[in-house]
Amino acid sequence: MASSAEITSQEYISHHLTNAKMCMADGGVAFNKACTDAGFWTLHVDTLGWSIFLGMVFLYIFRSVAKKAETGVPGKLQCAIEMIVEFVDDSVKSSFHGKNPVIAPLALTIFVWVFLMNAMDWVPVDLIPTLAGLVGIHYIKSVPTTDINMTLALALGVFWLIIYYSIKVKGIGGFIKELSVQPFGHWTLYPVNFVLEVVTLLARPLSLALRLFGNLYAGELIFILIATMGVWQIFGPHFLWAAFHLLVIPLQAFIFMTLTIVYLSLAHEDH
Amino acid sequence: MNVNITFVSEMIAFVVFVIFCMKFVWPPIIAAIETRQKTIADGLAASDRAAKDLALAQEKATAQLKEAKAQAADIIEAAKKREAQLIEDAAEKAQAEKEKILAAGHTEIESERNRAKEELRKQVAILAVAGAEKILERSIDAAAHSDILDKLVAEL
Repeated sequence: MASSAEITSQEYISHHLTNAKMCMADGGVAFNKACTDAGFWTLHVDTLGWSIFLGMVFLYIFRSVAKKAETGVPGKLQCAIEMIVEFVDDSVKSSFHGKNPVIAPLALTIFVWVFLMNAMDWVPVDLIPTLAGLVGIHYIKSVPTTDINMTLALALGVFWLIIYYSIKVKGIGGFIKELSVQPFGHWTLYPVNFVLEVVTLLARPLSLALRLFGNLYAGELIFILIATMGVWQIFGPHFLWAAFHLLVIPLQAFIFMTLTIVYLSLAHEDH
Repeated sequence: MNVNITFVSEMIAFVVFVIFCMKFVWPPIIAAIETRQKTIADGLAASDRAAKDLALAQEKATAQLKEAKAQAADIIEAAKKREAQLIEDAAEKAQAEKEKILAAGHTEIESERNRAKEELRKQVAILAVAGAEKILERSIDAAAHSDILDKLVAEL
């Protein structure tokens, strides 16, 4: 908890939920409060920085294992990495039956990256902002998945792939036909079907993005609320909530990955 | 929580990460896993095959042993038979030999007896003549009385 007495807990909470912003203003780079009017052209540097850093961590570790992957007796790190890879591979194979070189690496990237970003939730809420404050950074949100930009980017990335593979496998006509002939079989109801199915289709990336964002944002908010209770919170509520996140963090990463696989395998199905 | 340029940046980052993962991370790791799985599967299959081979070899060995025993028994049987045959043959031969020897002996004895008989006859004739000479105190003309002597010899 911030030690200074002059900030109220409301200010404390909103401070912790504010991203570090960057934008172009007056012909130069401006930060934070100067960016309130920048609108769309605002960049959340903390989200971007942490997510790219964590993505790099993921790729560095996995690449270093991949480079000297041993086909005989593997080392301990290789065993751990292979467990994750095999887990993802099994998940992909259980729901996707075609041949596609993109889906498995995509699922792995989503699973590990989202897991690592979620895992930032375990870092005590004041640690990173306090350290950042020492070097003059006023706002920092260290959990990228509590930023709707992050989760929406992931979900829309998946969404474009759904559209791409739907059209690639079925053709534009086949894709539109698939959207029109269900759930009602009569041709007069095809426009109704089309509207319903398009809504369903659009709901997929939206639900993906909002599920992850909502879970992590709420989790982070409660961590911050717990942090306002004082120093002793670390032994009780904080510990319990962090322990609860042992479930939430991997589960949300897993759900995001599984739904991605399911949606993409649906896109590959030709009726 | 407003959507802004961060979203576009993150999407680019996402695409780059996925492509990197697809090109440089996933293929080597999954290849290593699959190679190892294949090696293990091959090893297990080989050990299965070896166990089967062993069982087969044992069966074969048992069968061969059995066969060898049977052969040995046959050989012993044949040898016994042959032995008996040999003994029988020898006995037969010996019997035949014995009979031959006996027959030869009989013949010889017969001829010897005949010869002795002849000899005796002659001697008896001489004795008779000598006896008669002594009785008569005179010589008998053997030639003159040869008919009597011959009669005597024939009666003997």
